Amino acid sequence: MTDMTVSGSAPEASQMPEKRVWRDIGIKRRYAAERRFKTYGLVAVLIGLACLAMLLFSVVSKGYTAFQQTSIRLDITFDKKIIDPQGQATSNNRVLLMANYPLLATRALAKTLGVDESDRKVRRELSGMISNGVRTQLRDMVLNDVAIIGKTRTIWVLAAADVDSAYKGQIDLSVDQSRRKVNDQQVEWMNKLAGEGILTGRFNTGIFLNGASSRPETAGMGVAMIGSMYMMAIVLVLALPIGVAASIYLEEFAPKNRWTDLIEVNINNLAAVPSIVFGLLGLAVFINFAGLPRSASLVGGLVLSLMTLPTIIIATRAALKAVPPSIRAAALGIGASKMQMVFHHVLPLAAPGILTGTIIGLAQALGETAPLLLIGMVAFVADFPATPMDPATALPVQIYMWANEAERAFVERTSGAIIILLMFLAAMNITAIILRRRFERRW
Amino acid sequence: MSDTMEMAEDTAAAAQAGAKPVMMRGRDVCVFYGEKQALFGVDLDVRANEVTALIGPSGCGKSTFLRCLNRMNDTIDGCRVKGKITLQGADIYDPKVDVVELRASVGMVFQKPNPFPKSIFENIAYGPRIHGLAKTKAEMEEIVATSLQKAGLFEEVKDRLDEPGTGLSGGQQQRLCIARAIAVSPEVILMDEPCSALDPIATARVEELIDELRENYTIVIVTHSMQQAARVSQRTAFFHLGNLVEEGPTDDIFTSPQDKRTQDYITGRFG
Repeated sequence: MTDMTVSGSAPEASQMPEKRVWRDIGIKRRYAAERRFKTYGLVAVLIGLACLAMLLFSVVSKGYTAFQQTSIRLDITFDKKIIDPQGQATSNNRVLLMANYPLLATRALAKTLGVDESDRKVRRELSGMISNGVRTQLRDMVLNDVAIIGKTRTIWVLAAADVDSAYKGQIDLSVDQSRRKVNDQQVEWMNKLAGEGILTGRFNTGIFLNGASSRPETAGMGVAMIGSMYMMAIVLVLALPIGVAASIYLEEFAPKNRWTDLIEVNINNLAAVPSIVFGLLGLAVFINFAGLPRSASLVGGLVLSLMTLPTIIIATRAALKAVPPSIRAAALGIGASKMQMVFHHVLPLAAPGILTGTIIGLAQALGETAPLLLIGMVAFVADFPATPMDPATALPVQIYMWANEAERAFVERTSGAIIILLMFLAAMNITAIILRRRFERRW
Repeated sequence: MSDTMEMAEDTAAAAQAGAKPVMMRGRDVCVFYGEKQALFGVDLDVRANEVTALIGPSGCGKSTFLRCLNRMNDTIDGCRVKGKITLQGADIYDPKVDVVELRASVGMVFQKPNPFPKSIFENIAYGPRIHGLAKTKAEMEEIVATSLQKAGLFEEVKDRLDEPGTGLSGGQQQRLCIARAIAVSPEVILMDEPCSALDPIATARVEELIDELRENYTIVIVTHSMQQAARVSQRTAFFHLGNLVEEGPTDDIFTSPQDKRTQDYITGRFG
């Protein structure tokens, strides 16, 4: 033993080569190819991630301010002399509706700032600080409780959109005041109020609750959200059962012949039809022919159902196909009818796939804009739709409309609306994943 | 000749010869998959309370014949069956015969264990439930327990009936599938290579079970293992290229085959 270790040349070992020589079968080349491929893959993933990050960054950085709204805390005196100078409120109900409410706010602001509001120029600049939405805000307070007249209330009123933008630093204050929408006086007041904590950014509930408005500070996505929800409900109620029923029939019951092949090809083609074509179809069939109202979420829902159907059918058929044939054989083998086989065994196993497909279809429908433009859902709707027959808009359409507005404040709101839409989509996709995990069974 | 008369004759003939009565009878059975013919005029009798083994090389049509016996071929597109197959004299391809009823009487166990992804209890209870065999919960529990006992699985799973059937071992799963088939009280049980996915120990367990089941059921088994056919069956049928080459008592087939092809196959010269 020791000999061997020392000399390393035992008789048997000497016949072996000193060192094992491996055959050259191109190992290095193969590994290099594999490494290259991995690098390409990694680069592709990174590019994708970078694009996503860029998109999110640009949207969020522009849009997060939309969830803050500059407001001013004012002690507003509901002066009877301004609201109802002639004391006709009880006889003429138009008086309370038409009263000069903004003047109340302007006065309160003047008092807070300690300036004289009798000067018309000063008064104009003061009223330029406050959103015109104060008119409806104060009017609603008075109409709710007439006894408020003559009393003083501390309330938060919205700052005008330009002040809002200036406060958020979105307006370049270094340029000459004649070339920007807020003048130096207003900026000075703004800074003074901000220093005293009277003017500050508050959470913008309006963007969730308000309907359409030409004033950015009072514009919200409320109507769009309701409209989108109605449409999603209609799509779910129509497209899911029809799609699943069609898939079950085609996959489990229909004979495989030329007709079913033709139907399959057409369903696949339908999934690829541009959405605007569906909009034209909806306009022609649902509005012009069936006489349903324009701009209604019902029509939107019907059009989106048509669009979503192929997606759901394709996903459901794939999910049904993925159920192992052995399960079908097992059910049939103990005497289940075809219907029992499908509903007791195949469908439950396909459910996660169907759910995922449905939610992806719904998410697609939620983000769809083009067909809705054609059926008149691109409209200025300030009132909340009570039923799906009432005019409404949809989230992506609202984004489209806001993107067309010129004011600086609408730019951030557009991004804010995109954030809301993305949140909805993310919520739906997460639901899909959770449902899938929960229902998924292994066999 | 009417079915009943034919059957009466069978019974009489069987009694004379000391053989068991015929449970299922295939006459001139031809099967086509589209244009391709898979079976050529097979005549085969399956006798009651016996295990009939179908052997032959791959693609010889033995599984196809088996699947004709409970019309599982109906589920295959483009599959046509010609000829006549009777169950206790009744033509099972008669349009008046409901395939669901047939399969409740002729159960099937498959090559790969295929329990439903449900609990062990539900796996067994499903058949009786859809056929309305149990009126009360107690009756259902009774059926499940007896079926598991008959399949020799009860002792192993009695404490975990609500656990998924898919969590059992392969051999247990296959016995669960046998219990599931038994639960609907069929007269005939078809087994399509029931042990091909099992290890030798599980195979031995299933083979024992098959032998026990013979007392109450008629069994037709397709197998690739000639030892298995020799061990479990009383009658053996050898298929080759879609033809039934030879059929008879298992001992005769394995000791003194009449046909050269049978001899070649069982001695391992081809297949």
